Amino acid sequence: MNHSVIRVEKLTRRFGENIAVNDLSLEVQAGEVFGFLGHNGAGKTTTVRLLNGVLEAHSGSMRVLDLDPLNDGPSLRARTGVLTESASVENRLTARDNLLIYADLFSLPHEKISARVSELLDFFGLSKYADEKMEAFSTGMRQRLALARTLLHDPEVLFLDEPTAGLDPVAANQVNELIANLSEEKGRTVFLCTHNLVEAQKLCDRVAVMEHGKLAAIGTPKDLMQQYVRRLDVDIEVSPEQVDVALNALSSASPLTQGLPRHVNGNLTLTIPSRDVIPALVSLLVKKGIRVYHIAAHQPSLEDVYFALHGEKEAVQ
Amino acid sequence: MNWRAIFAIVRKDLKIVLQNKGVLIPTIMVPLILFGIIPWLSALAPSMVNMGGTSLDEIATLIEQMPIGLRTELAPYTLEQQTIVFFLVYMLAPMFLIIPLMVASVIAADSFAGERERRTLESLLYTPTSDRELFIAKLISSWLAAIVVALAGFLLYIVMANAAAWPTMGMIFFPNWMWIVLVLWVSPAAAGLGLGTMVLVSARAQGFQDAYQTGGAVVIPVLLLMFGQLSGAMYFSTWIVFFIGLILWVIDVALIWFGSRIFRRGRLIARL
Repeated sequence: MNHSVIRVEKLTRRFGENIAVNDLSLEVQAGEVFGFLGHNGAGKTTTVRLLNGVLEAHSGSMRVLDLDPLNDGPSLRARTGVLTESASVENRLTARDNLLIYADLFSLPHEKISARVSELLDFFGLSKYADEKMEAFSTGMRQRLALARTLLHDPEVLFLDEPTAGLDPVAANQVNELIANLSEEKGRTVFLCTHNLVEAQKLCDRVAVMEHGKLAAIGTPKDLMQQYVRRLDVDIEVSPEQVDVALNALSSASPLTQGLPRHVNGNLTLTIPSRDVIPALVSLLVKKGIRVYHIAAHQPSLEDVYFALHGEKEAVQ
Repeated sequence: MNWRAIFAIVRKDLKIVLQNKGVLIPTIMVPLILFGIIPWLSALAPSMVNMGGTSLDEIATLIEQMPIGLRTELAPYTLEQQTIVFFLVYMLAPMFLIIPLMVASVIAADSFAGERERRTLESLLYTPTSDRELFIAKLISSWLAAIVVALAGFLLYIVMANAAAWPTMGMIFFPNWMWIVLVLWVSPAAAGLGLGTMVLVSARAQGFQDAYQTGGAVVIPVLLLMFGQLSGAMYFSTWIVFFIGLILWVIDVALIWFGSRIFRRGRLIARL
């Protein structure tokens, strides 16, 4: 049965005049991949710091794994793993030493350290470079080692801040598969801070969108799309010689359409308020004698939700 | 107290320091020059002053201006031997304190300010250690290294001073009780002074270099002791050395107490 591993109620943290986290309430269930989305400065990193007892809240309450992060910090951090945004590994040490030191810091049983370190180095493709100093490593290699270090003690809750940043597509895919496996097969909870909305949509059971420290939306990606995406793009393929006639007809089809139709690569693309208007649009074109060969609606994405919440201008920034 | 985690951090800090040439070179070179080369120069002093057109009488005049306690301690020796004992035992004693002070300062700057500069501090804050354990680990790594280097420097100095002075002294004259107190009681306190100062300085410094340069002022008390002795205003008797140690330990306790108040996760992470 599912139970909450993270429970936050009315959490607030300020830095001077700036409210980094403002009255945040949310719950994360065991085994869930929970996406935590938002632009830079939205309060994602501050929330992770609060949830791990590294930073003190000004008001509100929180429990992680049934522990109070501030009073039970060391016990809690023994059961969580945090990958910070800047994959900060010790450049002057070897990859193996980086892991061996953290194995002691997380009190791994001595007899298991060597096998666990080798297993992770192998999984992340770093075995060949295990005894080389990190200063010669690429950003992607550092990121992989930081991830290995985060997983070293097999934490129950993982806080991952942009885990695929700096990785090539193959390595990023491998990390995404790992996150899915950790949740599905091992029942681990993943709190995923990311800007990568495609990844979030693919991986997350639920997502929360933060805006200026406040929770702007929370739910499954599907729920959020239904709730927030109030317009849809459709591609219409008509007879090539009738494109101009179709453009004219669609330009004056408001309120069936939103804005003007676009002519891209032989196709007409237009924005409509919902799927429900598609039959009326087809009927309008047919009545004008236009031959319609194909019509396809774009599936809404988490990106559409994000843009809808933040406004396109802000999202681009 | 999670000692396993504490010693993991100590091991990490010391391994990192050993890779940093900016830390390693002064840590090795200063003791080598002070205790490997200066004893030979000082042992040659009696013959060198004659070559320089002056005479041992001038050294005798200098010694005459020293406090009565020092003159009493030098009395059993010949004038040539007095010159050697005066330089190697008394004049170099305050300089010895520079070693633990410098080593502790430079390693603490790397461990506290350097860790933040390298952006590796945040990961360390997410480990299951308490603030106190992290702070103790950071203190131990700098303090331990300073004590080891100071002891190694002292052993080197015992060998070099006796070897260099053998033709004149004809006996093993070093160390005396004052030096034993200096090494075992005062030098750990001097290391604590460097360390405690650097903890406070690092809280505001931008990085390793900034912390080390700002904290460099900590050698001023040692320079004052050197000039105090050279001018004849005081000399390093066993009791004076003991009291210098006592004062330093009191200052250390105050600095470490203030440092522990600053070294809090919340404060550290807010500055990252």
